[in-house]
Amino acid sequence: MRGAFLTLVAGALALMGCSVETDDPADEAVTMGPQVAPNFIAQGNPETLAEWGQLQHIGSALVLGEAVQPYDLNTPLFTDYAHKLRTIWMPGGTAAQYTEGEVLDFPVGTVITKTFYYPTAEGADEGEVLRDTSNDFFAGDTLRLDNIRLIETRVLVRRDAGWEVIPYRWNDAQTEASLNRIGGIIPLSMVSDEGAADFNYVMPNVNECASCHATNSNEDAIHPIGPKARHLNRDFVYKAGTQNQISNLTDAGFLKGAPDDLTAAPKNANWTDVKAPLDLRARAYLDINCSHCHSPVGPADTSGLSLEPDASGAALGKCKLPIAAGAGTGNRRWGIRPGHPDDSILVYRMQSDEADKMMPEIGRTTVHKEGAALIADWVAAMDGDCT
Amino acid sequence: MAGIKWKGAVFAGLMSLALTSCGGTSQPANEGPRDLTEANSEYQTTLQEQLIDAKPGDVITIPAGVYALDRSLTLNVDGVTIRGEGHDKTILNWQNQKVGAEGMLVTASDFTLENLAIEDTTGDGLKVNGGTNIAIKGVRVEWTGGYSTDNGAYGLYPVQTENVLIEDSIAIGASDAGIYVGQSKNIIVRNNRAEYNVAGIEIENSVDADVYGNTATNNTGGILVFNMPQLEQRGAGTRIFDNDINENNTENFGHEGTPVASVPAGTGIIVNSNDDVEIFGNRVADNNTANVIISSLFSAGYADEEQSASFDPYPEGIWVYENTFSGGGTSPDGLELKALKTLLFGMNGAIPDVLFDGYVDDEKKVGGKLPDALRICVSDEGVDVLNADMPGGNENPRVESELYRCKLTPRAPVSFALADTKG
Repeated sequence: MRGAFLTLVAGALALMGCSVETDDPADEAVTMGPQVAPNFIAQGNPETLAEWGQLQHIGSALVLGEAVQPYDLNTPLFTDYAHKLRTIWMPGGTAAQYTEGEVLDFPVGTVITKTFYYPTAEGADEGEVLRDTSNDFFAGDTLRLDNIRLIETRVLVRRDAGWEVIPYRWNDAQTEASLNRIGGIIPLSMVSDEGAADFNYVMPNVNECASCHATNSNEDAIHPIGPKARHLNRDFVYKAGTQNQISNLTDAGFLKGAPDDLTAAPKNANWTDVKAPLDLRARAYLDINCSHCHSPVGPADTSGLSLEPDASGAALGKCKLPIAAGAGTGNRRWGIRPGHPDDSILVYRMQSDEADKMMPEIGRTTVHKEGAALIADWVAAMDGDCT
Repeated sequence: MAGIKWKGAVFAGLMSLALTSCGGTSQPANEGPRDLTEANSEYQTTLQEQLIDAKPGDVITIPAGVYALDRSLTLNVDGVTIRGEGHDKTILNWQNQKVGAEGMLVTASDFTLENLAIEDTTGDGLKVNGGTNIAIKGVRVEWTGGYSTDNGAYGLYPVQTENVLIEDSIAIGASDAGIYVGQSKNIIVRNNRAEYNVAGIEIENSVDADVYGNTATNNTGGILVFNMPQLEQRGAGTRIFDNDINENNTENFGHEGTPVASVPAGTGIIVNSNDDVEIFGNRVADNNTANVIISSLFSAGYADEEQSASFDPYPEGIWVYENTFSGGGTSPDGLELKALKTLLFGMNGAIPDVLFDGYVDDEKKVGGKLPDALRICVSDEGVDVLNADMPGGNENPRVESELYRCKLTPRAPVSFALADTKG
């Protein structure tokens, strides 16, 4: 039965133009068939990712479940150069309510997934991954797994009592993702044009998930971070063609109340878009990488530093004294010294990969050189000075 | 005094001096960091699983033993107790820490940690971020390789907590504060020992703290009460009493930019930009810069208008009385203070027991005087006060003890159920 089922889905792949090459005999003689049906699992911690039906592993491809929508963010969180496949799905008849500033108001039953993966070179050694940001490897509704190393898939599910995070780790054979609430340190080697460098990919445990996703330190509840209008408001190349992601969610029946004219809706810059103003690129980067903690109510409000889009002045770090940064000051005196990235704690902490100095505190073990350079450029371009 | 030029603030000067000596200093003749060859490195997974699956009311016990951990432990369930068999028996060591900004991170209320040791964390030892009813008892936090700039910043670090009790605990070697309570309310820190930290015990931007029965020795500064700008809560209302605060003369090995980096080595007690602080019944001895310093953030070199617009940097309502002072002030940290001491008190003299930087808010004066409640009072005859005249560029430093012979209203003790129950 299972074999037949796989056959059907692989057939769908073939039809959309992907030539799935695999050693799995089940993939031969494929015929057209439906995608797997996604599930909302109202309680417990399912042992495998497959039970959710959001993503289906077939041969050498990861295929979205029926009606599951992929999305990207204008500017994403940096996670050690990992690529991410994000999806969202809601049970039939339910839809999120559009909100302008905060995370969309999702109904019970919403399932969001984020799969972390790296490209690999043909015939690469075990644990060797590529730092290659040129291609997302995802097309239509399929992530081709040839030369991909899947690491983990995190499920965020909106249940009656609130959001829960349920993490899954892909096995070495890359065939199945199993429940893993304890996380782990996965030693990898990243190959780039600078050579190979060992690093530890850290899969967070579920408590550490809350370190970022419990965005209001006055309550324990966790929330999604990415699905806000300003992060989602961009085009995506869907199977049926290019469309604005917010419009797509509306058309898919997953969103109500979004404005028809999305040019007036909030929209963060793409941090890599060199045509966009530097200030907008930097603020978009700080927003998605930092503001879930560094907001007036986030866990890092202890520092008095806010990196939300509307923060300014000393609250944004300008000439601001550190509070409890410890070694994270890098012997610098101000969060941001305008015009002087080398005197700014903000830049120092982004340039560090040491646990007691770096920011964010978790979620990376390597330095995002391009991101840190962007913020350094932004600080360098600021007027004024500290006294 | 007109001939004396201390260009640049005394404390700011001290800070830059301290910096020249903080490139990874460490104390000599230490036994060295803990040997982990026999340590149990498997247990951290078990322990973290217990923390993830904990239910309110659970007591998680950790048997005696040395445990090596390489990432932070995290707890976010209310009502959990983590208990070892003693701070010298149940030892959690993070010498090989790969990830995490602290050893243990707790974001939960009704939390108790007791009878174990947290050692050699890369960053902070225990951080409790938010929560009500936090008890830390019989916990030792230590960097076992001796004091060093490379050590983690804070030992025991509750922040934005309410009703927090730290007792019978030990903090050694923190590159910032051994015991640090920040942005909290209702605090009791009692019967602890803090040694070889930059700051032994620090209360920052906190309201209503009682600090008593502690021993603070061999730190850069023994007990600190600070306020920092840009934070939602301004601190006020700390009582420091019945503590032994001796020989806090360790060089400042903190990181520049941190608030404590401006603390001169040889500071017994320092109140910086904080208000309503009562210091009494302590035994304060042989702190080489001064047994007590009362100062403003201004004298740490921060007079930025953007900071001061929303921040009151003046220490007000400070009352020092019935302490036992001995020694101290004989070898202040930094050339400027040394020169000041020699000039005013001679080669064999000493800075008086109370050193005040001299910042007074003229705008709060009524008829040329501060209202009584805002005054600095040093009640006892024989306890001298040196005004270093920082606002005047140190042109007119002077001993003016008689101006401080006043009394304030005693503060009520801090009380909350967790601390009132003897256990």
